[in-house]
Amino acid sequence: MTSDMATRARHSPGDEGTDTAGRRARWRSAARWEVGLVVVLIGVLVFGAGESSTFVDPTTFFYLGINIGYIAIMALPMTLIVMTGEIDLSVASMLGLSGSVLGVLWHHGWSFVPAVVVALLVGALGGALNGILVAKAGLPSIAVTIGTLTLFRGLAEILLGSLTVPAAGDRQFPAALTNIGVAPIPGTQLSYTTVIFLVLAVVCGVVLHATPLGRAMHAVGLQPEAAQFSGIRVRRIKFWLYVVSGVVCAFAGMLLTLQNSSVSYSAGTGLELNVVAIVLFGGVSIFGGRGTVVGVVLSVAIFGALQMALTQLNVQPEIQNIITGALLLISVVVPNGGEAIGRLRERIKRK
Amino acid sequence: MHRVAGIAIAAVLASVSIVACSSSTGGGAGNTGAATAGGIKKGLTVYFIPKDTQNPYEVLADQGGQKALAEVGGKVVVSSGTQDTAAAQIPSIQAAIQAHAAAIAIAGNDPSALCPSLNQASRAGIKIVSFDSDINCGSSPDHLFINQADTRQIGTSEVDLLAKQINSTGQIAILSAAASATNQNAWIGYMKQQLAKYPNMKLVTTVYGNDDPATSLTVLQGLLSAYPDLKGIISPTTVGISTAAQYFDTHKDIAAKIVLTGLGLPSQMKSYVLDGTVKSFELWNPSNLGYLAGYAAASLASGSASLQTGASFKAGSLGSYQVAAASGTTGPSVVLGPPTVFDASNISQFNF
Repeated sequence: MTSDMATRARHSPGDEGTDTAGRRARWRSAARWEVGLVVVLIGVLVFGAGESSTFVDPTTFFYLGINIGYIAIMALPMTLIVMTGEIDLSVASMLGLSGSVLGVLWHHGWSFVPAVVVALLVGALGGALNGILVAKAGLPSIAVTIGTLTLFRGLAEILLGSLTVPAAGDRQFPAALTNIGVAPIPGTQLSYTTVIFLVLAVVCGVVLHATPLGRAMHAVGLQPEAAQFSGIRVRRIKFWLYVVSGVVCAFAGMLLTLQNSSVSYSAGTGLELNVVAIVLFGGVSIFGGRGTVVGVVLSVAIFGALQMALTQLNVQPEIQNIITGALLLISVVVPNGGEAIGRLRERIKRK
Repeated sequence: MHRVAGIAIAAVLASVSIVACSSSTGGGAGNTGAATAGGIKKGLTVYFIPKDTQNPYEVLADQGGQKALAEVGGKVVVSSGTQDTAAAQIPSIQAAIQAHAAAIAIAGNDPSALCPSLNQASRAGIKIVSFDSDINCGSSPDHLFINQADTRQIGTSEVDLLAKQINSTGQIAILSAAASATNQNAWIGYMKQQLAKYPNMKLVTTVYGNDDPATSLTVLQGLLSAYPDLKGIISPTTVGISTAAQYFDTHKDIAAKIVLTGLGLPSQMKSYVLDGTVKSFELWNPSNLGYLAGYAAASLASGSASLQTGASFKAGSLGSYQVAAASGTTGPSVVLGPPTVFDASNISQFNF
């Protein structure tokens, strides 16, 4: 733990003399990781094209977008939260809760836009609950968001129960909108969720890498105390990140509902792990302070393409899970491997 | 790992038997007319998309489907996720579309969320069959539901099964799941109708164990003390019947007085049947369910079956089936047949 702190201190942004050098070093290591991701992505694409006769089909890209777009959207606020050294495991439950709110209101005859507004508000409120408990009360985010993971899903279950909306006798969701589940943007093979993800990724990337707020997030993740002393409003940043996460995940819930033309309380169950996997594999350090949005976008592409290729090849889903798990382990071990080996050597020496 | 190896071996065997059986397709003395007999094309690919790839019940159904397609010179691709979610099944539907499959046989994890993807498949010319758990997509896509057993048949056959064992005489009770369970309540409704045929059998009460072993045991004990003259119990739920069987197994005096039957899983009930605590119970055969789904899918894809009410097709060794009219939220469907009765003579053959 102490050597970990020392590593962090080396990159301390408060230290004026080494600030630029430290940042350059960080950029270099991040860039190395992203080059690695590009290589992996090319590898996956070559593998898919070589092994599966249907991988090069243009519909593959559309299906890929349909399957991973709404998950990828949730990965963006998660990236920012992990940057600050926290985590939000309630994302997929929030997706399910907001979808259920939309569903239950629709079932009771509300029109679409007000129902969506309420569902997004629920997202903001749920996020604020996480934010208050983590940022204001200072509770550990992993425990808080495991709690809200269960809470949000439980509320969704109470709202919809065994009901799938639209139920028998209900109106269908607006056809112009549910079209996002079956048709790409005209003239392309881009799913609507893909484009929304890319736009949000650009916004997220600009905020994280080109604004004082983004630099503050890095600082919070690297050394919360130092960040606090240097005038960064650590708690406020964390609070609002959770609110943003709640709203974005609620939005993803709307998209999934439209994509499926329906919603049940269990929508998206278990996807929080996929979201975390994408973020970590994208090179965002679980300890905070390190990572880029470009890496996360590459990670999304790799996970999406790999899933398409393996499903087309009818590789057993258990083996698909093993491959995903192995990739995730690599993403944690490789960047931290040097430090881990150093720690191990020190321990052996002491003995 | 053993299962993976088993599936691999089964797949190899299936592909061998494709060769072996290819000359026999087109035979079959259909008893419903020549229009449907032997009209199945060769080389069809049917995607079986079970709820997940590990559920033993679904694995048996998939194997039934593989057997059916092997008999008609086609093949089955089993594709799904490890979790029972719509999100895990959608990529499999997409893969079926991209592979230009002839048909999809799916056990839906969600009644509606799969509809947009299945609609795309349907528009691409793929025939859709659902089994085990139906999809509810309104009018489209058109699909045939392979119903495991008729609701009325389940209710009436359980009463008949019990009547045979207690000589159609005495007090009986029902140990059900939740009081709100749609399936169970529908079956119980038909049980009551059927009981009118047995004037000497009297249904004294229905108790609800909520499909929870502890609750089921509590209500069972209450039932036994309230009705000391009870002769029979029907438990139309796998949790209820296995809990009661376990209790009877340790209370042989009760087991000697009261006959237990209902719907159960052979794997859970095997030891109680073999030691005589339970004589017989019912469930449908999941392997036959998949076999029928396989034939239905192949027949639809070949144009030798249709969704018209009364249209018929031949399902190999199971014989001929007729499409039943849509009713309520269920579209066109065929019913597998009477539930399979499990007793000491056959229970060892089933492992689900």
